[in-house]
Amino acid sequence: MSEPTPLLPPSVIELLDVALVGELTVIDGTGRPVTYPLIPLSDGNVIYLTSSVLFSRKLRHIKANPKVCLSLTDPVAVAVTPFHRATIQGDARVVEDDVHEGWETLLPLWRAKEPAIDFFLKKRFGIPLFFERSVIEITPRRVLWWEDGRASSPARVYELAGVG
Amino acid sequence: MARLDLADALSRTGSYPHAVLAYVGPDGYPVNVAVEFSESIDALTVDVGGLGQDLRPLDGQEVELTFSHIRPQPGVGYDERRYVNLWGPATPTADGLRVAVRRASGWDEADTPFFEYAERGVPAGRDYLDELGARPRLGRGWTVFLATRLPFLTATLIPVGLGGVVAARDNAFHAVWFVLAMVAAVAVHLGLNMANDLFDDANGADAANVTPTPFSGGSRVLQYGLVTRRTMVTGCVALYALSIGIGLFLAAERGWGLVGIGALGVALSLAYSAPPLRLVHRGLGEPVTALGFGPVMAVGTYFACAERWSWQPVLASLPVAILIAMVLYVNQVPDRVGDAAAGKRTLIVRFTPAQVQAGYAVSVAGAFVCIVAEVVAGVTPAWTLLGLATLPLAWRVWNGLRAHYDDPYALMPTMQSNILLHLATGLLMVIGYVIAVVA
Repeated sequence: MSEPTPLLPPSVIELLDVALVGELTVIDGTGRPVTYPLIPLSDGNVIYLTSSVLFSRKLRHIKANPKVCLSLTDPVAVAVTPFHRATIQGDARVVEDDVHEGWETLLPLWRAKEPAIDFFLKKRFGIPLFFERSVIEITPRRVLWWEDGRASSPARVYELAGVG
Repeated sequence: MARLDLADALSRTGSYPHAVLAYVGPDGYPVNVAVEFSESIDALTVDVGGLGQDLRPLDGQEVELTFSHIRPQPGVGYDERRYVNLWGPATPTADGLRVAVRRASGWDEADTPFFEYAERGVPAGRDYLDELGARPRLGRGWTVFLATRLPFLTATLIPVGLGGVVAARDNAFHAVWFVLAMVAAVAVHLGLNMANDLFDDANGADAANVTPTPFSGGSRVLQYGLVTRRTMVTGCVALYALSIGIGLFLAAERGWGLVGIGALGVALSLAYSAPPLRLVHRGLGEPVTALGFGPVMAVGTYFACAERWSWQPVLASLPVAILIAMVLYVNQVPDRVGDAAAGKRTLIVRFTPAQVQAGYAVSVAGAFVCIVAEVVAGVTPAWTLLGLATLPLAWRVWNGLRAHYDDPYALMPTMQSNILLHLATGLLMVIGYVIAVVA
């Protein structure tokens, strides 16, 4: 079943709002999928992730091929009741005009999930390169939704052509 | 993520309740989806189940399986980060898929602490920033703080302070000359810190060190690209010039004997890490440090105040000379792998862990025996026995050194306590002298 909708479904936004970790899959230079666990952040339309330049391989992959996928699968890291699962396919863009401070606009969203980030930010002088960060901005195109969290059952598919 | 042995990677997957299967779909977008799995370490395969018919990759298609875990910590974030990635071709089975694992990678912060993991990414991070035309930045104050390793100035303040109070006991203290001697000593100390970073960068010792801490592994400002080599050289030369300039002024005003002691101090500071001597590479870093941050600074300060030589500042500074050598000694413990790789054969590299620990115990015990012996011999005032109050701190350092020898990050409180041991013992001895002078 497929139904066009202009925004991320509220149920998916709820998952994104609580998820401490999502699995971001990108495609490497050989065409192989590579998955990175990252903290997903969202404003309801666009999904944001940040990556330190220390771990920049994923950024290179996205620049070469912007097609990505983010799943929310871990009942421990995505604490919602009842539990659901979602997979979001989309187009990613690496935003790094100012890797020193640009990502800090996302701090309120990040802080809500990981309050300890403020502690580490105060110690920025100790791990300065960790806080030189790029922003990965994902425009969702399609959502696969499993109401019962089981991928063995057919996914509900949301086509998000109007987003962006 | 680091490459993993296939059997090792598969053995790790057993602790995860589910996997995420990923592959590239027909429209070019990756698909990833939670699946059930069972692994076979002997066959190096993973059987995947719980997957709808419409989500199956093509027969023989390269897929990835990801296993990820965190432990949420309410109000903080999370910990226990670990994940494993497996890649290989997938073939259909009656219940789902079988993945023949051909490649694996992953990270477990229990094996590789986050800070080491991040440090290992520094060369790639620097390359990436270079491509962006960006440079990492810190505030000017923080950059100076790091580049000069300002907090280590306690190593200078104590022996200079002792030189001053010994002079006071001889009714020869002069505030102006004391302050000038202090500034010269501080400048040469900060200059040698920068010189040490430059030489350790040049010989690869700091780059080879992937477990730096706030107390070890250098300032890292060059490795992180926060400061250029040119700026470091300029700062280093300026500080040495300031120190030498003040030293020459003091020598002209207070006696040319200061030239000798100043020249010895500068020579020791450079010979410590500069070729051709590179004394720290020859296991002589500790005696050089003891001499430079003990008798040399104490005698120089005494001479600047009293305009004469005396054995008193030499003897008074011996306990803190030993303790500052032990600060270097313990701080080199986390550096030993990188130091050895760069041919920097410090005592820690040369000794076994048991020898290092025994060496620490004997040396620190020697420092405390020295405090008592000098009082008994009538060399130092009885009030300097106040320095013995730090014995429990020494005991704590000794225990920490034994307990955390192989864990650089767990050793950090021990290194901090060891620095405090030198500072507190020295301060208490200074206070002892002050009481003796006033009383």
